[in-house]
Amino acid sequence: MNGTESRHKETLSLSEQKTIGTVTIEYPLEIRWHGRGGQGAVTAAKLLAETALEMGMQIQSFPQFGSERRGAPISAFTRIDKKEIVLYNTIQEPNVIIVLDPSLLELPMVLKGLQDDGLLLVNSTLSPVELRSQLKRTGGAIATIPASAIAVKHLKRVVTNTAMLGAFFGATGILPLENVVHHVRIKFEDQFSKEVVEGNIKAIEEAYEKVILG
Amino acid sequence: MISEEHRIAITGNQAIAHAVRMARIHVVAAYPITPQTSVVEEIAEFCAAGKMDAKFIQTESEHSSMSACIGASMTGARAFTATSSQGLALMHEMLHWAVGARTPVILGEVNRALAAPWTILTDQSDSMAQRDTGWMQFYCANNQEVFDSTLLAFKVAEQVLLPAMVVLDAFVLSHSTEAVILPPQDLVDEYLPPRETPVKLDPDEPHAFGGMMFPDVFMEQRYKIEQSMDIAKEVILSEIEEWEKATGRQLKPLYPYRIDDAEVVVMCLGTAFGSVRYAVDKLRKEGIKAGGIRMWQYRPFPIKQLKELIPEGSQVGVIDRAVSFGISGPVGSEVKSVLSPESRNSVYGFIAGLGGREIQPESVESVFRAMLEGSADPVGINWVDVRK
Repeated sequence: MNGTESRHKETLSLSEQKTIGTVTIEYPLEIRWHGRGGQGAVTAAKLLAETALEMGMQIQSFPQFGSERRGAPISAFTRIDKKEIVLYNTIQEPNVIIVLDPSLLELPMVLKGLQDDGLLLVNSTLSPVELRSQLKRTGGAIATIPASAIAVKHLKRVVTNTAMLGAFFGATGILPLENVVHHVRIKFEDQFSKEVVEGNIKAIEEAYEKVILG
Repeated sequence: MISEEHRIAITGNQAIAHAVRMARIHVVAAYPITPQTSVVEEIAEFCAAGKMDAKFIQTESEHSSMSACIGASMTGARAFTATSSQGLALMHEMLHWAVGARTPVILGEVNRALAAPWTILTDQSDSMAQRDTGWMQFYCANNQEVFDSTLLAFKVAEQVLLPAMVVLDAFVLSHSTEAVILPPQDLVDEYLPPRETPVKLDPDEPHAFGGMMFPDVFMEQRYKIEQSMDIAKEVILSEIEEWEKATGRQLKPLYPYRIDDAEVVVMCLGTAFGSVRYAVDKLRKEGIKAGGIRMWQYRPFPIKQLKELIPEGSQVGVIDRAVSFGISGPVGSEVKSVLSPESRNSVYGFIAGLGGREIQPESVESVFRAMLEGSADPVGINWVDVRK
């Protein structure tokens, strides 16, 4: 066994940090996704991990298991690290929470455990300042993107996962947009029509550009 | 056909399916409905897409799946099935048959709790209930290990003529996506050549399997099974070495973590070991000499390696994710029987993580603390994270 482990910041060096706005993203990057069944949170969690793998990172992604059904609140998880990932538990204290459906913010479990300096990314028509005030959140960073409108525009359905993925990369700059686009295209080409693939790419690109971090 | 090493993001179930594909198996027999997992779904897709040249038999039950695999294996074919929880329980009768008939069938076993009540989430009660059948069992802790163990299982099983289960935590591994390196097909072909067997069902050279045995020979047949288990211990070690030579990746019967000078040790099987490592690190920072051991090879039980690893005089807490009701956890009592008293270890049995309850680093820390504070019951069951 190599080295020792500890949680979050204890083993990190400054070179592994990327500062965005008022938030510091650190490895292991632990991301929790909240959506409703059918919005594609599980797929997004996996796409993010796969994209990070292409960048040479260690990855893990998995859904929360229960009695999933369309429309019901679900969660999914992505871990990204520069070294071996040994923990398999669900993420209790994420650095990033991504909310695919604004109505989920009413559920106490959705924001639970977010680190004080963590990032909250929400599909919302509010600005980060408005959302911060509504949630009474003082620390960390908040990013918002009207992902439902973007999804409807490009996909004609409120499937917000790819828009939120684009917004995540736009807000953090953690991986280059072209890598995400390249990967999603390869991944989706086997499964979907050209129209659906290109719609998702456009959703990613628009959300990447329009996401606001505050 | 994959001709070079590939690093891909796949689930534990997909890792098994890829290993089975690359093992060039002849027969897959499976019951397709719950508690079946996506293992056989993936394999069915490989077969349908022409990526595998195997006969896929859809059966009406897990009992029949195992029966079909045994029949196929008797003809010298390489056979595989997968199941979970109630499905494994339903196979029970035929699990004994596979061993008695000396058929090296490989089973992908996704660890799920047994009903009642209904659940689909992980614990080890299903596979632990089969520990006396004579199947080899390998408990994995990541998806690469799932892939590697599956190929090694075929190689070992076909040499010792005993079947083997590759065991992985339901959902935690079976549905988690991780990076897995798939070696080139020619590497796998070289490691795992086509199966050769001394005795098989063959119209040109007839043999029978499973005839009646009376008291004059029955015990000898059982003795030979145990002898093969013993031989398997050595075969596993040499196959681990072969696999490492081929891929650079080393499997281990037992995985130690900061064990050398440990005075208090926690053992477990499967992915919960990540939490053990976190707890060990935390206690080490406090100056407590804590260590951990993960058991990958459960059957045959790696007695020799365990005795070598566990520091003399240390306290050992064994976390079982299964209960042998009325006494203890199965692994706990076995470790106890192997270690005490000559090595002056105190062994304690803990039960945690049943029915998918997560074993957190804090849960493992409480196990260490119970031993350190002397509050752990040395005889009975020590329950972790349970509302009493």
